Amino acid sequence: MKRAISILALAVGLATPALSDTMATGDLGLIIERAKGSVILVDQSDRAALARIEGLGDLSHASVVYSSDERYAYVFGRDGGLTKVDIVTRTIANRVIQAGNSIGGAISDDGELVAVSNYEPGGVKVFDAVTLELVADIPTGSKTIGLVDAPGRKFVFTMWDTGETWIADMNGAEPAITKIPDMGKNPYDALITANGRTYITGLFGEDGLTALDLWDETPEPIRVLPNYGRGQEDMPVYKMPHLEGWAHTGADFVLPAVGHHEVLWIDATTLEETGRTQTHGQPVFAMARPDGRQVWVNFAHPLNDTIQVIDTVSKEIIHEFKPGPAVLHMEFTPRGHEIWVSVRDEGKVKIYDTQTFELLREIEADSPSGIFFTARAHRTGL
Amino acid sequence: MRSLLALLVLAGAAQAGDAPPKMAPDPVALERLVVQDCGSCHGLTLKGGLGPDIRPQALEYYEPDVLQTVILDGMPGTAMPPWRPLITEAEAAWISEYLLKGEAP
Repeated sequence: MKRAISILALAVGLATPALSDTMATGDLGLIIERAKGSVILVDQSDRAALARIEGLGDLSHASVVYSSDERYAYVFGRDGGLTKVDIVTRTIANRVIQAGNSIGGAISDDGELVAVSNYEPGGVKVFDAVTLELVADIPTGSKTIGLVDAPGRKFVFTMWDTGETWIADMNGAEPAITKIPDMGKNPYDALITANGRTYITGLFGEDGLTALDLWDETPEPIRVLPNYGRGQEDMPVYKMPHLEGWAHTGADFVLPAVGHHEVLWIDATTLEETGRTQTHGQPVFAMARPDGRQVWVNFAHPLNDTIQVIDTVSKEIIHEFKPGPAVLHMEFTPRGHEIWVSVRDEGKVKIYDTQTFELLREIEADSPSGIFFTARAHRTGL
Repeated sequence: MRSLLALLVLAGAAQAGDAPPKMAPDPVALERLVVQDCGSCHGLTLKGGLGPDIRPQALEYYEPDVLQTVILDGMPGTAMPPWRPLITEAEAAWISEYLLKGEAP
């Protein structure tokens, strides 16, 4: 007991500088500086950059998940690096190179496991969230995409090459894998709804999407909008779209069409098409504001200087503007009153009011890409 | 579509300072295109992603004109798109040289 107390005393002693200047993390976030291998710690309510943390490797296509206490950020880098950033001390707490080439990650609902999906070698690796020690290695023999966390200490992910989706149940000593074949040709990304029920993967190799009802005992592929581009010429795709947990607008899902200048609306219950909205270019992200009233869309190269805002009731575009060259990502504040937009080639992140569309603040950043607020910690699939 | 490249060229020229806008391949604009836009599939360091490794050692068995054709017309059946709508043949030639050498030709 005495020993425990002395350890506690030591911990408190070390933490004293932080305690004297208490660091609340609930409105913080990280901006990826993709070329520099650094992240900027930002305060969302103050619209301010607080610090730059360096040494995270190749961060092209990097993404972030947060520990459930919103203290630690797990940054998944393209070079296979998994970096645990302590946003209270503003330092790198731990870093491992876990593969040659990775694409994304997820954290389990209990916060204990961090999973990373890899292109090379293809598969998923699962790490202890505290120590970053390897817990499980799940080779898939394919580039692995669309990795999400699902309720019940599970991860779900999909194979670009083989068109299978696997559900990994992490409750036992070894992962228990359920394989679902025939999801479609070349799935490129996937999302899970915030309630953890519906998993949707978008297809590159054919028109359409494929859904799974994860509440089903034995989920079967459900074809969604097969042949949605019928009669239209496919255009070259210069940037793969992304599917994110922000697709749910309430009544509908809104999803980017691959190789077409439109977003697709699907009834969230029946998965039947409810409409299409013609857009400025090929959508990359179609993200619903957290209240579901608006959808903000950015576009692929070479039309990537523009954002369009769609009203989800009328499904019509209500606002269009040009934040600047190479708009890569957008992140809403947790209740959606503001949005942060990364403008890579201008070296800025721009903050807008989502009601008035007024530009509120600009933050300097080096080739900014992803923006991730800590409130994601409490959402399934983000 | 072409206007974007003109803009890129203009932006590159503006960065270089004194060089007037021109239609010949602009190294600054093209290098950015390779790193940022090719990099979105092939990785910023070009070591591969959804698309394959396109660093010099991975490409050494390719003739420059073959690479140029792949860049301009894409690879049917894969995610590699044709870039012909966005760049000129001279620019594609510059990019294939750049990829083979790993630096500006």
